[in-house]
Amino acid sequence: MQFWATVLLDGLTYASYLFIVSLGLTIIFGVMKILNVAHGSFYAWGAYTAAFAIGFITDNDLSEALFLPAILISAILVGVVLGYIIERFILRKMYNQDIHLIVLATFGVFLIFEDLIIITFGVDPYLPYQPAMMLGWIDIVGLNRGVYQLTLILLASIVAFVCWYGLTKTKWGKLLQSVIYDREISVAMGIDVTKVYVVTFIGGAILGALGGAYVAPTTSVSPGFAIDLVVLSFAVVVIGGMGSIPGALIGSLIVGILRAFAVHQAPILELFVVFAVMAIVLIIRPEGLFAPPKPRKI
Amino acid sequence: MFTGIFKDTSVRILITFMIVLCILSSFVLPDWMQNNFMYGLSRGLAILGLMLLWRTNLVSFGHALYYGFGAYAVALCQKYFGITDILLRFAIAVIAAGILGFCLGFILRKYREIFFAMLSLAFSMVLYGLLAKAEFLGSTDGMSISPSTLFGMELTRQYLFYLITFFVICAAISIQAYLRSTLGHLTTAIQDNEIRVEYLGYSVQKAIHIKYVMSACLAGGAGGLMAASLGQVDPDSMVNWNVSGELVFITIMSGWGNILAPFIGAIIFEFIRTYAFEWAPQAWAAIVGGTLLTIIFFFPGGIWSVIEKVFNYGKKKDVK
Amino acid sequence: MKKKIFNKTAKLASASMIVASCLLAGSALAKDTVKVGVVSFLTGPAAGVFGVPAKQGAQIVIDAINNGTMPAPYNTQGFAGAKMNPVFSDESGGGTKQVGLFRDFVEKQKVDAMIGYISSGNCMAIGPIADELKMLTIFSTCGTPRLYEEKLRSHVFRTQANAVGDSLAAARYIVDMYPNEKNYTGINQNYAWGQDSYKFFELGMKQMSPDSKGSDKPQFPKLFVGQYGTEISALSLDKAKVVHSSFWNGDIEAFTLQAMVRGFFQKKIFVSSVGGSAVDALDKKFPDGIVMGTRGNVGLLARDNKDPLNMWFISEYKKRFNALPLGPSYQYARSILAYKFAMDKAMKKAGKFPTQDQVIAAMKNIKFKSFTETISMARGGGHQAVHSVGYGLTKYNKKGKTPGAEKVKMYGPECIYPPAGTKSEDWINAGMPGAKCK
Repeated sequence: MQFWATVLLDGLTYASYLFIVSLGLTIIFGVMKILNVAHGSFYAWGAYTAAFAIGFITDNDLSEALFLPAILISAILVGVVLGYIIERFILRKMYNQDIHLIVLATFGVFLIFEDLIIITFGVDPYLPYQPAMMLGWIDIVGLNRGVYQLTLILLASIVAFVCWYGLTKTKWGKLLQSVIYDREISVAMGIDVTKVYVVTFIGGAILGALGGAYVAPTTSVSPGFAIDLVVLSFAVVVIGGMGSIPGALIGSLIVGILRAFAVHQAPILELFVVFAVMAIVLIIRPEGLFAPPKPRKI
Repeated sequence: MFTGIFKDTSVRILITFMIVLCILSSFVLPDWMQNNFMYGLSRGLAILGLMLLWRTNLVSFGHALYYGFGAYAVALCQKYFGITDILLRFAIAVIAAGILGFCLGFILRKYREIFFAMLSLAFSMVLYGLLAKAEFLGSTDGMSISPSTLFGMELTRQYLFYLITFFVICAAISIQAYLRSTLGHLTTAIQDNEIRVEYLGYSVQKAIHIKYVMSACLAGGAGGLMAASLGQVDPDSMVNWNVSGELVFITIMSGWGNILAPFIGAIIFEFIRTYAFEWAPQAWAAIVGGTLLTIIFFFPGGIWSVIEKVFNYGKKKDVK
Repeated sequence: MKKKIFNKTAKLASASMIVASCLLAGSALAKDTVKVGVVSFLTGPAAGVFGVPAKQGAQIVIDAINNGTMPAPYNTQGFAGAKMNPVFSDESGGGTKQVGLFRDFVEKQKVDAMIGYISSGNCMAIGPIADELKMLTIFSTCGTPRLYEEKLRSHVFRTQANAVGDSLAAARYIVDMYPNEKNYTGINQNYAWGQDSYKFFELGMKQMSPDSKGSDKPQFPKLFVGQYGTEISALSLDKAKVVHSSFWNGDIEAFTLQAMVRGFFQKKIFVSSVGGSAVDALDKKFPDGIVMGTRGNVGLLARDNKDPLNMWFISEYKKRFNALPLGPSYQYARSILAYKFAMDKAMKKAGKFPTQDQVIAAMKNIKFKSFTETISMARGGGHQAVHSVGYGLTKYNKKGKTPGAEKVKMYGPECIYPPAGTKSEDWINAGMPGAKCK
């Protein structure tokens, strides 16, 4: 019993930050049909900025209550600035190009931003553990759990709810859904698709950065730590369905819990199991488990 | 398919180029440059395979699967069977990768565009996951490969170089012959309109399957040769997704216009890498990213299109 | 058409010849300097706490020897009279990349020797290549026993004793200090160093405490992964109280912080074989009561050692870098000392500047004075060093405001290493015959 509870909680924690990151990725794919490899940059930069901010707060002995706003502001800042730069200067020029070239261009952008991290933040790892330390631990079924990790699950739930609400109940959400479904018709109906693209991309970027910023206190923030995550979030998006938000949720849950289970039971399978599932889903249902229906065009 | 292949201009240029390289390397080139040419030519084989797929409008983001599979096949054969003969090693790498490609090809040939890319990525990461965690395969340390032999005699690096150029020539000639054949011409046809090709009576899936196996063989051979030249294999430099990304990068950089393009691109890549590590080791990733973006925006045909313009070559021919 | 191709080929050939001769011209070498590649982690999670202190330790000693300002017995100037021109290189990127760089160092940069290498994975990759290319290589830090136990090396030396001693000393310390703890588990990085460290810890525990039991699910996360939430949960679930870890570099820091936040160290006895860097990095935040090793009488455990060479090293390092030298600083400095010792000895024998083969012959089986003891290259056919290894409990020194240790026990080389020529695993399984422990 304790074993399963632990696996579940570990899986949920991992799934939470996977979800926040993959949500951005899947929304960008759904609206713009771009698989954005540079999403990893949002994650990395979000984490580094938050780490830097937390370090600054700690070094100057400022109030601990500033941690949460610092993290959120870092995420928004990174999302807006990086998202705008990438969309405006790279992506906008490429919308009509071959989809492979767009992916490769985002790969190039990712590499450049990875190097910029080393130039900006240096090569040493950052360990901004103070927020996690502040919240301490509680005992759940005989195991000590970091309270901070539990708040991560809470954050993911809030994000999920806000997105669902935003997409289904607000005007903007309906516009987005329309563009996801068919871009040409949306343009024909008078929707300013360019503006939608910019807003979507920046929104997705903020989500990616939020994932990184919020997770920073629980991990070692060092150059290259986004690389593994990029390919894992691809797995999540593929499993759940590219462009589907409930898909991102289910995908991250599957990946998170599978991985937690593997680490506890059969550590040798940890990396293998996630990608095996990704391959299987692609073979059986290439559009993903929850893909939005796509009419075939001749 | 092979008739008149030696009259083909591209083949002739390729053979001349290789002979010049061999002469240079015997007399003039310092060891480290020779190394770079060896790595470039080996990797060029994998790029040739990717080029073949790209002409069919398929981009594989997981070709490091075959590259690494070939390399590890060589390493494992040495560990368990003591095989060090270079001909055997090359054959093993090519055949092992080919078999894997043949099996996976049944699944992959049904997919296009982003799904093809993602599925190939998934398969390569599955292998990565296995290799990185398995202790008996060296996990992230990888395995060592002792220098190769030829028919029982020790093989000096000079002769390894000659052999690599020989393998490259064989592979390139085969591919060129294929491209000139009917099935080869289907490559561009499939890219244009698959349904029409089906109506013409050719099975698109079978054609893609064949191309896929060929590109897998090439990538496997490349991995095997790299393993033999370097002496070391490990999952992070042979199977991880950024290796696949690197291979695709070189493919784009080289251009798809000619069988010589992949080798030129791969060699240039090695030299850029050597100098980048010496002068600005921190900036390597940015250099790759920047070059990639420059190529995509300004030279979509890759380096080969620049060479074509400079030498005024092939301007009347169709894509060959 | 043919003429055109010929013209093109001629152009290509002549262009390459010109380029090649230009590059060749710049590679001539002078002989009153020796060019040595010094490789350690300069980027990534292993840089700040391992690779950079290593480089700095080397720099102190290299500069002192070049200027002749080192205390006895190294107070002569130069390496066989020559000044060393060190080329510092980054060890990150994996074994395959390092092999490529090594070949470059030997063939393009034409170095006289290669020193360094922290990661066992890289040492295992470089070892055969060093012999193949016939380049004198001195490994400073990597600890895998496989380096010499699988095959002897002709051109490779290692001035750091291997993981067998670290693990056996840890097992001895546990048995000495916590005789009632019978269950143990481990969290080690999943590559040669981590796998070997835990393997020998387990073998040692089985021999020294026959009714002890190892967990059936020890953790082996990937090197440099940095995130240990799930692993900490798994370890917490395990009933074993003793947790062995050979984590080094940024991983030990990350793990310590993440575990500390969850009150891990209140419930477990954590044995860290080389976590000293985290102690210095985290300063007073590092928890007390951790069993800490430094892979020798160096770093944290040698802070109070009064050997004059040690005091000199600590004060010079502090003066120049405003920090205390860590274990890796000692390890790299020690390799430089060994190199000088061998070079001087070879020159004395040859009467002139020694060739590489003469230096290698001179370095075999040497006993050279290091910072806190004399180290003998007595294993691996005269290529592998053995020295003492100690463990202690971390205790922050509140008065001096520095990290410190208490209840330190040093185990001499005859206690924790097999005699020459015997494989470690066989020796341990036979009950460690001939071991001389205090």
